[in-house]
Amino acid sequence: MKLKTLVWREIFERRNQLATSFLAIFLGITAIVAIKNITFYSEKAVARELDALGANILVLPKAASVQDYYSADMQTDELPEEYVTRLSMSDIEGLDNLSPKLSTRVETEGRSLTLTGILPKSEFQSKSAWAGAGIFTRPAEGCGEVADVPGVFKPTVKETLVRKRVIEDLAPDEALIGADVAALRGLKEGDSLALLGHTFKVTAVLPQTGTVDDSRVFAHLHTVQSLLDKGSVINAIEVVGCCQEISAGLVEKINKLLPDAKVVTVTQVVDTQVRTNGMMARLSTIFLAIIALVGGASIANYMYANVFERRREIGTLMALGAGSTMILKMFLLKGLLLGLAGGVGGYVLGTLLAVTFGPRLAGITVMPMPILIVWAIGISVGIALLASCLPARNAARLDPCATFQEI
Amino acid sequence: MLRMEGVSKNYNHRSAAVTALSDANVAVDRGDYVSVVGPSGCGKSTLLLMLGGMLSPTRGRVLFDDESLYDLSPDQRAAIRKKHIGFVFQTFNLVPYLTAMENVQIPLLLAGVDEQTQTQRAEELLARVGLGDRLDHKPSELSVGQQQRVALARVLANDPAIILADEPTGNLDPDTGTQVLSFLDELNAEGRTVVMVTHDPQAAARAKRTLHLVDGAIVSGE
Repeated sequence: MKLKTLVWREIFERRNQLATSFLAIFLGITAIVAIKNITFYSEKAVARELDALGANILVLPKAASVQDYYSADMQTDELPEEYVTRLSMSDIEGLDNLSPKLSTRVETEGRSLTLTGILPKSEFQSKSAWAGAGIFTRPAEGCGEVADVPGVFKPTVKETLVRKRVIEDLAPDEALIGADVAALRGLKEGDSLALLGHTFKVTAVLPQTGTVDDSRVFAHLHTVQSLLDKGSVINAIEVVGCCQEISAGLVEKINKLLPDAKVVTVTQVVDTQVRTNGMMARLSTIFLAIIALVGGASIANYMYANVFERRREIGTLMALGAGSTMILKMFLLKGLLLGLAGGVGGYVLGTLLAVTFGPRLAGITVMPMPILIVWAIGISVGIALLASCLPARNAARLDPCATFQEI
Repeated sequence: MLRMEGVSKNYNHRSAAVTALSDANVAVDRGDYVSVVGPSGCGKSTLLLMLGGMLSPTRGRVLFDDESLYDLSPDQRAAIRKKHIGFVFQTFNLVPYLTAMENVQIPLLLAGVDEQTQTQRAEELLARVGLGDRLDHKPSELSVGQQQRVALARVLANDPAIILADEPTGNLDPDTGTQVLSFLDELNAEGRTVVMVTHDPQAAARAKRTLHLVDGAIVSGE
């Protein structure tokens, strides 16, 4: 026989008395696992939505107005293209994507369209990698690119361009055209398009968005600069910044790096995510406090009653030679087993609830998170052991003679 | 082997001082068989618990092999009990949720004996007390006589040199009581020291000598 056999037998002998304490910790852990699980996927879904909304920081010339920029996507003032290199090679954390652009109105065949020059990501990425520094050489921990999450929608290349104005590769004579341009000109992928005396090969027709992008032609920035004969200038840099870093002063850091530019943030969008994340974090903390209080109090109460009920047995064990450490171990092991069972059971039920009700409550797909079992067991065992400490100490300090005389 | 030197024990009961034992001097040699008799409440059980290192005296010293028991820590006294002393209780004090076999294994578990040896030793001891066919029975599934025999087997698990028995036949019918007393005789014959508290004059007569207690004082047999 081992000590655990003795503890196990006692648990089964008095399992009905244990049921209430077990339920308290089990249901508490269930609630926290379900909330954590749904919160995780909710945050990822919010992040993905934000990602889909496009840039959340704009770097514009000092005189430009944000309203004008958003309504018409054009302004006459310009920035040096070198700003992009400065940003990409800086040590500022939280810059996920940069999209420099230069736009111009082009009249062709009696219709007006917007020609927008964009810089493929591969070009400034290679520059910063070559320099061995900058935002694209830093590991993205917590922030950075939104990680692929099972069950959460991942945009295609075309959609990425439409939403984020970012494309990995684009040759000098290639163009991507908006849905309206394609429809009006009868163009499809592989066709040619002549603009400002240059012939572009249409590599993709972008999906309908209902915005000015539908009547836009995207081409390589340097080709557009050359066609406009403007040199290395741009109208704006659209930045996708990490939300936590924006709250931590990312805009101020960019302002410091580019003092001659105007840096603005789409604060409402950022605030929404920060508020949602904060609310979920507070909810988890509240539940944790409730579990600690209710579960802990229930276990402590049960343990005190258990020690009182077993005082003759404790006295007998002491008479047979059990030391205080042995008695302490006996009750702490019981607390440990209770915590383990509550943690594992709570993880299983909490995950089931999250996967089942997550889509209905939050409108998101929720998948099991194995890492939460470590949390569940850690919290559950921690609470059970803390709650068992004092009763176990009392048991270890019992006067064996008194236990025989009382009963 | 066991010695009490000027031992007294006073309790406070509802603000009134009660003397359970007064200036007791007792010497129990190795292989001795001592019965302790006296009216109820005269301090017999107090004396036995003090000899077993379970109850500290108000005054005086209790020595085990010339070592003062109550100058040791509670855990050191527990270690001495584990190795050298076996208790037999009037109410048997078996652990109710363990089988006969597991109850006998408890002292072996406390002594850190491996499981295989525990099982082997418990089987031998239960066979010795005539319960070889009741290994997996819980106390509630055994008669009171069988329960006391399990308790006796448990006492012997760590092969103690001293057996302290507190009214071992108090809850038993005469026949079963006689069996238990014969068993204690047998243990004494093997060389173990036995100190037995009893109300029964016939049981007391089986011992080599008898201590008479009246109102906490040893009146004869010192």
